[in-house]
This record gives sequence, structure tokens and C-alpha cells, in this order.
Amino acid sequence: MSSTRTTPPSPPGTGRSVRRPGDRVFAGTAKGAGILILVILAGVAAFLVVEAVPALTAPAEEIPGDGGLVGYVVPLVFGTLLAAVIALLVATPLAVAIALFIGYYAPRRLAQGLGYLVDLLAAIPSIVYGFWGIFWLAPKLVPFFEWLERNLGFIPLFAGPASTTGRTMLTTGLVLAVMILPIVSAISREVFLQVPSLHREAALALGATRWEMIRMAVLPYGRSGVIGGSMLGLGRALGETMAVAIVLSVSGGITFNLISSGNPSTIAANIALEFPESSGIDINTLIASGLALFVITLAVNMLARAIVNRRAEFSGAN
Amino acid sequence: MSQTSTAPVATGSSASGGPRGTRRTGRTGRLARWAPWACFAGAAVVVGVLWPLFDLNVALFVLYTVVLGTLAVYLLTRTVEGSRQATDRLVTCLVVSAFGLAMVPLVSLVWEVVSRGAARLDGEFFNSSLVGIVGEGGGAYHAIMGTLVITALTTLISVPIGLMTAIFLVEYARGRLKRAITFLVDVMTGIPSIVAGLFAYALFAIFFGPGIRLGIMGAIALSVLMIPVVVRSAEEVLKLVPNELREASYALGVPKWRTIVKVVVPTSIAGLGTGVTLAIARVVGETAPLLITLGITNATNLDPFDGRMATLPVYAYYQLTQPGVPPQFATDRAWTAALVLIILVMGLNVVARLISRFFAPKSGR
Repeated sequence: MSSTRTTPPSPPGTGRSVRRPGDRVFAGTAKGAGILILVILAGVAAFLVVEAVPALTAPAEEIPGDGGLVGYVVPLVFGTLLAAVIALLVATPLAVAIALFIGYYAPRRLAQGLGYLVDLLAAIPSIVYGFWGIFWLAPKLVPFFEWLERNLGFIPLFAGPASTTGRTMLTTGLVLAVMILPIVSAISREVFLQVPSLHREAALALGATRWEMIRMAVLPYGRSGVIGGSMLGLGRALGETMAVAIVLSVSGGITFNLISSGNPSTIAANIALEFPESSGIDINTLIASGLALFVITLAVNMLARAIVNRRAEFSGAN
Repeated sequence: MSQTSTAPVATGSSASGGPRGTRRTGRTGRLARWAPWACFAGAAVVVGVLWPLFDLNVALFVLYTVVLGTLAVYLLTRTVEGSRQATDRLVTCLVVSAFGLAMVPLVSLVWEVVSRGAARLDGEFFNSSLVGIVGEGGGAYHAIMGTLVITALTTLISVPIGLMTAIFLVEYARGRLKRAITFLVDVMTGIPSIVAGLFAYALFAIFFGPGIRLGIMGAIALSVLMIPVVVRSAEEVLKLVPNELREASYALGVPKWRTIVKVVVPTSIAGLGTGVTLAIARVVGETAPLLITLGITNATNLDPFDGRMATLPVYAYYQLTQPGVPPQFATDRAWTAALVLIILVMGLNVVARLISRFFAPKSGR
């Protein structure tokens, strides 16, 4: 309670004012809600651990597959990281370009509306992205995959044989890229807006072209914001479930071959696909893999937030 | 475009030459404004002529046109205006095409969903469930109602907690607790939706035994996703309330909690409404947590404390992935469900915008 005594716009200046019961109840409720957030987050971790323990302690032969728990989770972690990294590599440059377009290239009058269009991409439910990915994008990419196999087949990534359905790791990565695009671009846009206009005007006044102004004033200033934003996008891509579950054709195993029909699954998609028909120790195994996903995304998100917040602290014209 | 700053040099060295046009000798010349457009038009014509030779499709046509046009703009600018201007134009082309590229998924997705989903957007879809349906007909009444029940329940759980947390953060909290909660709310925004579902399952499995499926589990899973969104948006809005209003209220001897309830919240009610609506829009399309906490049924079950329930996203998923023997009918239903879902989400987004427009506090000045 002592923390609530020194409230921001300090109440009536009569020194120690009377504590009304209404105040006490209200402040207590508010504080309780705040602490509940901490409890929920701790609860998520705790309950996942409790339900994962049977899988962690079970003998290796009871775990699905034959490699024990580690053999079960590692290919999933690999698939998760691979899909997310593809998404990140595709989405980040595109998102930065879009942020620059909306901030510095688009006509002022249109900029806000165009920004809203990009934000619409974030509003579309992930299952609809899955529908779009499997029915529209995947078939359209098949000729492209065949071209890759013919011309760049010597690179292990494109060794093929090219999938005939297009439901490959590369397609999944592209769908994820579209899904994280609005997040990365929204945060980049926000940071680019914070660039002190003095910096930009100084660059222009010295005769810089628009690109030189952006390269010298905007990008260095916004770099950490872009990094943080793309890491938030990475966190989203790591945890994305339905789009991957629908689009990716899964066979397990670890492979860097991006365009064949045999791909490792991702943790989240594997849970969505297996959970409804599982029981007993299988469920515990899935929850253990979910715990791994939770830890990975938590680490990525914390790092991202730390980077974004560090920027926010000394933003402004300094 | 604002490169008139180099004008002194230009006029000094090119007094004899015309100010505009495509002088090829000096590096200080200026291209006409229409020159880049002309480059792209020319590229389109060239690629169009080559169309029959290379057996192109529309996507490749656009791709080659953009690449060729960009190249032409770059080279032309480089010879006429110099390399710095050329780089500038090149980046402009790249940035604009990046935006165009980002619009491709949006447009194609909306087109695909509308054109495929419109077929079954009829009365039966909204009025009947899937009980006894094999093949043609049937609808998503049970799933739509299920989604409404679950979403309402989620909102009931999340909004009070989220709102009170935001009030705590803005009005009461100081120091380390405030920083900790703010940071963890941010982190919570990033919890994967499937993990939230697993959490709800684990919570109930401990108390009710494994294999449990309840509507309330889904609502709790969605609350884990919705609370941080509500907190973030409410916090932003509450911060915007001017301190003078609070101080005026204190000066009249109004207790702090009544100040919050009667002054701060009403002032920011438009923003709060917008934030809550957007948060609902965020969770209404969530599939993964509901898939593992609610499962699916074919019958209508509106009691969130009694067994499996159908929801629209999960319904769409199962209709698509387990369509039954003639898959066409179920696939059609899946697309219509996706269309209804998109309409729902977009509708909520529009409502959010309307709220912020019509309920915004009247500015006194």
C-alpha cells in the first residue's frame, strides 16, 4: 500500500490526507489485477512444467518416434527455427522498405491510408493465411520451385526433387513472412518517425539526395528499432500454428532441402496436428515440446523488448 | 526531387545548354519529370512484345517490366544526372515495388476468400448446424454461436483484468513493480497462441483429469492472449488524459478512485472502446488454442461448462482438412467460414474506428 501513498498528481496538499475506504478498495483491486498478470505468466510456465514432467521422466521407448524425448523435439525445433528464419530473411528488408515508403516516399495525403492497408495484413486470422497458402500460393510456386531445382539444384537448399503440390518449407516461410510483415513494418515505421527532423533537414540542406538522407540520418537512428521489431516478428513466426499446420507437408527428419515435399514439422504445427488425437504420455510429450517453444519465444521476445525499449529511452532530439 | 540546391553549379557550367532535357554530356543535367514513367512504359512495351516468345504469364510480365524499367531509369539517370541521383532513383523504385509486392498477398487473399466463399454464403449456412449432414448442405450455426459465446466469455474475463491493470500502471504503480508488470505484459503479448491453449489444457487436466474439453478452457486460453492487448491499448489511452483534469477533480475534494471512475475513464472511453474492440478482433480468429481446448462437434452446444463446442475457426479447419468423401461440399463450407471470419474481423476493425471517431471527447478549444 505504501507505494500508493505517493500518487503522481499528489492529492490535496494537506500533508497526510484521509484514506477513504473506497480509495483503499479500488487501489487494492487495481494492484491485484496487476499482480494477477505476473501470476498468470508464472502459471503458464508452472502448469506447462507440471504437465511436461511425465514426458521428461518417461523411459525413451514410451515417447513417440525412436529417439526418446530429445530425438522427438530436436527436429521440431529445427523446423521451427528454419521456417522462422526464412520468414525473417524475406520479411525484414521488405518491411523496412515499406516503412520507408510510407514514411518518406508516399504522398503525404495517402500515407496514412496505405499504412492502414499494410496493417490489414495483421488483422487477417492465421487460419485464413493457411487457406490462402495452400490454395493460392503453393500451386503458384510450383513452377518456381521446378526452375530452382533445374538451375540452382547444386545448392543443397534447392536440391529437390521439387514438390508437385508446393507445400514446402519455402512456401511456409513465405506465408510466415507475409504474416510478420505488418509487425516489423509497424515498429520500423514508428522508429523512423522518431528520427529528429533536424537530422533529416540538416542532411537535405547539405545537398544530400533523399536516399542519402535516409542512409545517413534515418537508418542509423532506426537500426535498433528495426532489429527489435524483426525479433518480435521472429517471435511471432516461431509460434505461428495454423498456417504452418495447413500449408506444410510434413515427413519429419532434419533437412535443409527447402523445396521438396519432405519437411520437418514445427513445434506449434505438430501440436495442432497431433493433439486432438493423442492421449496419455503422447500429450505430455506434446506439452514438453510446447514448453520448449515457450522458452524459445520468451527468450526472443524479452531480447526484442529490451532492444526496443532501450531505444525508446533515449529517443528525442539528443 | 529537392535537388535544386545544386543549382548554382548547374547554372554555372551549363549556361549554354537548356535547363531541362536529356543533355548527355554534363552530369548536372536534369531529367524531365515524366522520364521515369516513360522508362517503365517503354519497359512494358518491350516485355509485351517479347510475351509470345517467352511464354510469359501476368506475374512474370509485371516482374520483368519492373526490373527492366528500374534498370532503364537507373542507367538513364546515371548518364544524365550522375551516380548519386541514379542511386536515389534506384532506391525509390525498389521501395515502391516493395510496397506493391506487399499488396499482392492482401489483394489475392481477399479475392480468393470472397470468390470461393461466396458460393455458400446463404441462409442455410447461418441457420443450420452439421447434425446429420453428409455431403451437401449444412451450415455453421453451431460454430458461429460457439464463437460468439466464447468471445463474450473471453471479453468478460479479460476486460476487467486488463482495464484494472492499465489503471494500476497509469494511476498507482511506481518503481520496480511498474517496470516489471510493463515488461511482462509486453512479453505476454508474444506468447504463442498454441502455448496459451496448452496452458489452459494443463490447468484443467490437473484438476479434472486428462482429455478434458470445455468451452471455458478456450475462454481462459484466449484471455491469456487478450489481456496483454487490452492492457497495452488502455494504458496508452489513459496516459493521454491531461493531468489538469485529475488535478481539478482533486482540488474539488473528490477521492482518487472517484476521480478515476468519473473523470479519467469517461474522458478516455472512446479510446478504451477502440482498444477493446481491436483486442476482440485479435482473438476472434484464433484457431490453435481452441483446437486443443474445445475440440469440435457437429451439434449445437452453447454451454461453455459442458463438453466440446464448435467455433468458427476450428470449424473451418476441420471442414478443410477432414472434408469427407465428396470433399467439395465441406471445402465450400470451409471457405464460407473463412469469409465469415474475415467479415467478422474486418467489421470489428471498422467498429473500432467508428468508436474512436464518434465517441472521442469533444475538444473544448
